[in-house]
Amino acid sequence: MKVWDVEVKVWLKPSVFDPQGNAVEQALATLGHDGVSNVRVGKNLSLTVQAPDEAAARAKVDVMCQTVLCNLVIETYSFTIQERTAEAAV
Amino acid sequence: MKWAVVVFPGSNCDDDAVAAIRRLGDDSVEKVWHLERDLSAYDAIVLPGGFSYGDYLRSGAIARFSPAMQGVQEAALQGKLVIGICNGFQVLTEAGLLPGALLRNDNLQFRCEMVRLTVRNNTSPFTAGYEVGQTLSVPIAHGEGRYFADEQTLLELERNHRIAFEYETNPNGSVRNIAGILNERGNVLGMMPHPERAVANWMGSEDGLQLFASMRRYAKEAIHVG
Repeated sequence: MKVWDVEVKVWLKPSVFDPQGNAVEQALATLGHDGVSNVRVGKNLSLTVQAPDEAAARAKVDVMCQTVLCNLVIETYSFTIQERTAEAAV
Repeated sequence: MKWAVVVFPGSNCDDDAVAAIRRLGDDSVEKVWHLERDLSAYDAIVLPGGFSYGDYLRSGAIARFSPAMQGVQEAALQGKLVIGICNGFQVLTEAGLLPGALLRNDNLQFRCEMVRLTVRNNTSPFTAGYEVGQTLSVPIAHGEGRYFADEQTLLELERNHRIAFEYETNPNGSVRNIAGILNERGNVLGMMPHPERAVANWMGSEDGLQLFASMRRYAKEAIHVG
């Protein structure tokens, strides 16, 4: 069984107003950071999963995202996945 | 009539709900720990306010997987009455028993105040004791009460009179000023305001009492919806 390092990113759909992102955007403008727009605040989850191959690992993460980690009514997600090698293991 | 008030780790309005129901008479009211899967003994189930599982991940996102939620699903299927108040509403949307979702208030404030609600539907078991267009004083206490649903869902809610309550003045950015909605069958209600905190004069309002009284009348007459 291989071990996979997974980074899941969850954020609000573009159609859903993000008051946090809006507040951060205003703060950035107040501080003089010009030309900044479309600030969105999301969530980052990192996890490791065990699976025999990448396809199985991806399928596992997809199910977790769709049932628990993400509420598809308001949120969307993406993730990256990388096999943990012997050197990377701590 | 037997009432259950489901208690999740982090619920904090469970005692308020029990006290409100006790005001109605001598009904049996039990607090039921969320690990209880079988809720078949109860006629009505209350999912109370609070911060179940610390609102981790999303409000209600983890509570919806509690064993008690299987009992809630079954009760809803059988036409029994289920009401989710505040965090309970969030749990019901996460569980898919009600459409849409509840998001961070658009003003980023935690709003804790008395609000005015307009009754939009008085044909449900929960709202039969009110008049359409009647305004009620009921408190809110939430940071994540902004109701959201896509346009198609909203049209469906409107067309089938499933919007139970609207805010007179929108405190959180809810779409269409929605404060409470019903499921298709009319036996599940979710609302952000706290009717259990408006059941005595000294609370500033008694307008919430009628909601529990309506549920009671309905269950006692054993009329089943759907």
